[in-house]
Amino acid sequence: MAVKNILIVGVGGQGTLLASKIMGRVYLEQGFDVKVSEVHGMSQRGGSVVTYVRYGDKVWSPVIDKGEADIIISFEQLESARWLSYLKPGGVLISSTQKLDPAPVIMGQAEYPKDILDEILSLGIKVVSLPADELAEKAGSTRSANIVLLGASAKSQDIPKEVWLEAIKASVPPKTLEANLRAFELGFGA
Amino acid sequence: MAKTLLLGNEAVARGLYEAGVRFVSAYPGTPSTEITETAVKFDEIYCEWAPNEKVAFEAAFGASLAGARSFCAMKHVGLNVASDPLYTASYIGSNAGLVCAVADDPGMHSSQNEQDSRRHAMASKVPMLEPCDSTECRDYAALAYEISEMFDTPVLLRLSTRISHSRSPVELHERKELALKDYEKNVTKNVMMPAMARIAHKKVEERLIKLKEYAETSGINRVEWGDRKLGIIAAGSSYAYAKEALGENASYLKLGMVNPLPVELIKDFASKVERLIVVEELDDIIESHCLKHGIKVEGKSLFPFEGEFSQSVIKKAVLGISPSYNELPHPVVGRPPMLCSGCPHRGLFYALRGLNLYVSGDIGCYSLGAQAPLSMLDSVLCMGASISGLHGFNTVRGSEQAKKSVAVIGDSTFIHSGITGLIDISYNQGLSTVIVLDNSITGMTGHQNNPANGLTIKGDPTAAVDLEALAKAIGFRRIRVVDPYDVAETKKTVMEELEAPEPSLIIARRPCALLKNVKHSAPLKVDRDKCVGCRQCLNVGCPALSRKDKKALIDPNQCLGCGICAYACKPGAIVKEG
Ligand SMILES: Cc1ncc(C[n+]2csc(CCOP(=O)(O)OP(=O)(O)O)c2C)c(N)n1
Repeated sequence: MAVKNILIVGVGGQGTLLASKIMGRVYLEQGFDVKVSEVHGMSQRGGSVVTYVRYGDKVWSPVIDKGEADIIISFEQLESARWLSYLKPGGVLISSTQKLDPAPVIMGQAEYPKDILDEILSLGIKVVSLPADELAEKAGSTRSANIVLLGASAKSQDIPKEVWLEAIKASVPPKTLEANLRAFELGFGA
Repeated sequence: MAKTLLLGNEAVARGLYEAGVRFVSAYPGTPSTEITETAVKFDEIYCEWAPNEKVAFEAAFGASLAGARSFCAMKHVGLNVASDPLYTASYIGSNAGLVCAVADDPGMHSSQNEQDSRRHAMASKVPMLEPCDSTECRDYAALAYEISEMFDTPVLLRLSTRISHSRSPVELHERKELALKDYEKNVTKNVMMPAMARIAHKKVEERLIKLKEYAETSGINRVEWGDRKLGIIAAGSSYAYAKEALGENASYLKLGMVNPLPVELIKDFASKVERLIVVEELDDIIESHCLKHGIKVEGKSLFPFEGEFSQSVIKKAVLGISPSYNELPHPVVGRPPMLCSGCPHRGLFYALRGLNLYVSGDIGCYSLGAQAPLSMLDSVLCMGASISGLHGFNTVRGSEQAKKSVAVIGDSTFIHSGITGLIDISYNQGLSTVIVLDNSITGMTGHQNNPANGLTIKGDPTAAVDLEALAKAIGFRRIRVVDPYDVAETKKTVMEELEAPEPSLIIARRPCALLKNVKHSAPLKVDRDKCVGCRQCLNVGCPALSRKDKKALIDPNQCLGCGICAYACKPGAIVKEG
């Protein structure tokens, strides 16, 4: 199978790494070659973060370039805009509607742009948007927005739902399992 | 056998485990840190955080001499610190295998420079291996021990951010349990003084010839035939990008050993392809090697010396193809990293505001104090340089300057290489004021314990460096401890110490707000009737603060109640909840 590229973007501290770890596990179990490239260190301090997930028969490079992502999973609207150029023509953007002000906005040097997702839609790009943060709260843990988005992305991939649920079970602390499973369902159904 | 997805760094640790390694000493540094954090999970391996990379290397050297396979790890700039023992360990060699992993950071995801550590391998004349994925990380880590023992040499394992921090499948093998090798006193081999070192240097040159032979014939450097119109020579991540970009449309000479480099293998490969290109991130080391041996190649005429490569970089340089993609018709506002909410460093920087100081900076989370809105640092060079740099600055600018300047340095960085700078000030009768930002952890690299916080790598209690007593022993008489959350008191203390006609050490002590055992106050809130919309609170640069309808707003989910914004708020509009 040709290599599939999934870009996971968000703000440091939003839990992008757990999402990519679970995805990597799922694709490996489906018998694919997998590479997941993570960002550690400096950019975790509230900066923009990106993780690359790639799978297929044979994956060489650990990174995804502009115009290569089949799916972008975005935890935050501004980050959807920032990383949009990485989407392949015809690819899907799955974006949370959550907004987090970056430093220049907090300090009043810039405005948080209005209607980002509408603007992206108007370029003819396929966008699935959902309030991942609110759904996470509904699931019982504000920290499970990552799993909500994972659920939303799982819906558009042909891998049985049980496989995802198993991977979540194997990856999250037992204490948070129930909330995370609910979060997955809410994302899957969104 | 089932495969597991491992980070390159985790795979290196797995390789150490499987190769029977018993001793690991390291100083943290992105992107190398997780090697040691993974190795410590194996009970068979003794692991420790060393105060700095030089100590880590020397400890591993000693353990190798004692007969155990030993290891140390560091980031690229860490090897500068450890280069002194490396260059002479090259002369002595190893008893049981001695391997040092060094992780480069092309693109500078989290580093202050972009140096190419292959230069250290060349200069110290030791072999260097470079893996291209996690399986090779495991394999080469283990192979490095064979080479170390076969050729009586330390071996460098070169990683890079993309290799260290990418997960790919690895098949796990059993550990090979090895008995300690005998230690025999051998002055000629192990004591490096001129007479012995002259003999040793000759052996190093002979060893290099044998290693070149190994590079030609061992199979670690291999040819993969595809289309012969184009030949690519590459190693590590560059090889992975080239395979992705060019696939079967090229032939490859994949180098697993990047020092010393083969000659005949490259000549033979060159003779069988029409066009020959070296793909290497950072310096032109393979290319220069080829040119030196009269092999015609293209390299840096196509590729930059700086930054990270990718499949697109290669497609563009080699094939002239650029990707097509959608983009918004305007720039997107940036999101630079910032100090976390509740970070004690913020209080210290806020206390320095308005004092109009020259602030000699250092490396750690507090380097973020250089950015707006705090904008507090004047210089950042390398770990430890805040203190010694300030001493030089003040010495030439005189005693009045010393009243208008401070150095800021984290606890881990102070232990790493700040202590010697402090001695420089005291011994040479300097007047400088030094502030240690003691947050009880090595924060920047993701929370490692260190010699100042009283916990080992496993979190067990141990002796803690008493910073106050240390400064006293060095010769400092003025030593003050402040709580950086108490901005007013901190500011007052700094002003007093700047005036003092002798050097001072101020310890701004409060644990990192992200540490699990730290208790926080209730979130603060904005009294909208009192808020005049002056934005003073926003100048503390806290992610929990924003503006709504021209007034300040505090996100109760992010606020840790540190109170620094309340200090900044002149109308007193920021108050406790309820
Ligand atoms: C020679 C060298 N080794 C390692 C690093 C990586 N590094 C950068 S800052 C830092 C330590 C920061 O800890 P600390 O001084 O306690 O400050 P904090 O981040 O906790 O504020 C390390 C290990 C480096 N830049 N240079």
